[in-house]
Amino acid sequence: MTTLANTMRSGPDERGHFGIFGGRYVAETLMPLILDLEKAYNDAKADPEFKREIETLNKHYTGRPSPLYFAERLTEHLGGAKIYFKRDELNHTGSHKINNCLGQILLAKRMGKTRIIAETGAGQHGVATATVCARFGLPCVVYMGATDVERQKPNVFRMKLLGAEIVPVTAGAGTLKDAMNEALRDWVTNVDDTYYLIGTAAGPHPYPEIVRDLQSVIGKETREQILEAEGRLPDAIVAAVGGGSNAIGLFHPFLDDESVQIYGVEAGGRGLDGHEHCASLTAGKPGVLHGNRTYLLQDDDGQILEGHSISAGLDYPGIGPEHSWLKEVGRAKYVPIMDDEALEAFQMLTKVEGIIPALEPAHALAQVIKLAPTMDKNQIIVMNLCGRGDKDVFTVGGMLGFNL
Amino acid sequence: MTETRIDRRFKACAEQGRPALVTFITAGDPDLETSSAILKALPAAGADVIELGMPFSDPMAEGVPIQLATLRALHAGQTMNKTLDMVREFRKTDADTPIILMGYYNPIYVREPVAFVKEAKEAGVDGLIVVDIPPEADDELCIPAMEAGLNFIRLATPTTDDKRLPAVLANTSGFVYYVSVTGITGSANLNATNVSEAVTRIKGHTDLPVAVGFGIKTAEDAENIGRKADGVVVGSVLVNAIKDSLDADGRATEKTVSAVTDLVSSLAEGARRARKA
Repeated sequence: MTTLANTMRSGPDERGHFGIFGGRYVAETLMPLILDLEKAYNDAKADPEFKREIETLNKHYTGRPSPLYFAERLTEHLGGAKIYFKRDELNHTGSHKINNCLGQILLAKRMGKTRIIAETGAGQHGVATATVCARFGLPCVVYMGATDVERQKPNVFRMKLLGAEIVPVTAGAGTLKDAMNEALRDWVTNVDDTYYLIGTAAGPHPYPEIVRDLQSVIGKETREQILEAEGRLPDAIVAAVGGGSNAIGLFHPFLDDESVQIYGVEAGGRGLDGHEHCASLTAGKPGVLHGNRTYLLQDDDGQILEGHSISAGLDYPGIGPEHSWLKEVGRAKYVPIMDDEALEAFQMLTKVEGIIPALEPAHALAQVIKLAPTMDKNQIIVMNLCGRGDKDVFTVGGMLGFNL
Repeated sequence: MTETRIDRRFKACAEQGRPALVTFITAGDPDLETSSAILKALPAAGADVIELGMPFSDPMAEGVPIQLATLRALHAGQTMNKTLDMVREFRKTDADTPIILMGYYNPIYVREPVAFVKEAKEAGVDGLIVVDIPPEADDELCIPAMEAGLNFIRLATPTTDDKRLPAVLANTSGFVYYVSVTGITGSANLNATNVSEAVTRIKGHTDLPVAVGFGIKTAEDAENIGRKADGVVVGSVLVNAIKDSLDADGRATEKTVSAVTDLVSSLAEGARRARKA
């Protein structure tokens, strides 16, 4: 790829590759559409008005910048590095997903599209998409795996309230991968009027780039905020990865800062021995799915495996292509966290800091809990607290034996 | 490229003044033995060219009929090795009917494209249709396939405009597969007039035969589309016929093979009527 030797932030190349990863592996019907999208996005990027619109919405609609919070009690409790949380769970709609949706709906408007479709796993992206569709007066269809519809009922209801049509997908295991297949089938059928608002930093080029750019507001703010708070960069940054959008948003502005260690936390589910996990980077191998080449959970015959995670938002057998590249070049380290570790972290944060996290960042937190005690007290960790846990209280209640 | 079975077959059909009937089944649907029996019976029933689907867990361009066929095959334990074995077995008794493997890139990618195309050629495969690898990535699979002597057949769609068509046609050989609708396989809304215009448009850019698929369900459709097209492709109705022939537990019955061959015979008659009017 055409990376300048001195930066890791210039990808993807003109064919949408990060190293060997990424690309545009879609049916011919969709090729003209993603080429149009690429052109529209390049035009938008060069338009100061587009940038201004996003900034205004981020500030007044989402509530950015989100705070960078020093978790004093948790730091004390763990007895090691200073822990900061980037509080993207305080955003409007309760997660980082809104950052991406606002930018993409502005793009959809610029392209003259009149119908929005999206896939969702945990429902956070679906809620954020339904929200921006309500805000901009566009019809919204959300594809959601039937299993996820069942385990994320509060979000399903929120989306319906916001006026979205929810289509439960029963194919496969009824999770995010199947929802994405069905969204692609919709898009290939409704090519003229429909904008596919992908929620994670995956899919065919230019989606991984668009989503990353829009989510990079997380890392840009974090960089400024930590410099203001501590006068220096953090020693480690940590984020959960499902498809990897919140993580790439945090990581990207730090990629060229060699002193910053980068940890992506995958869903280890019930352990990496069997197939009940979603640790595609740790336990998968490169393949091609949903428009991009990336690490995938698959068998020897190239069939994609159904993952498992306690967290619907991490329940995806692939990963954004830039993460695959960051793993290959060794810039980021990807580690698995098991369901029970995430559940413990969820409870710890609730009790020690009075913050109920979503199960996705609870995975990142479990890694912070392992990492912080091994570091000096003058070192700094920043973790992206990418979503709040309201949507998960029923799941967690069930697992802890509460009858809600 | 030297002349292939696909080239010869389209030429022969053209000489007989009829479109080629291209039939799709999913390899291993509903089980390996029955699927092999169907494969062997297709030419005598009137199939000129056979597309053999390589099952993939995430068939993004398929409608429900082929999604279900894929699931039946995978549940029955179909693998790429077994699919290639089916072709080897078929070639023992049929040296002329072209076989095209159709599917998605990942099962090929994990076997290494260069090794795969060589193995497929040796097994008796004549061409490949891989839905999710556009001309922008020709170097990965299309070029190695051509070098191995396989035709790489591209899909042109209603969204492939005149500007893009040359890129789609550049490394295509064997024939051009025109997707008659924007949508997934087995879609409704086949519009013979639009399709006919599109076929004429594509023929303005290439000398290759143009076959039309997605949404052809009846002998009448085959007849209508076959007036202009050099080939008509049927798939979803055939795998639906397989599904409807199964017993309550989803197993093949004595009717399964004939359910497909009867339908193919009627579609073949429709295709033969296309140029008689």
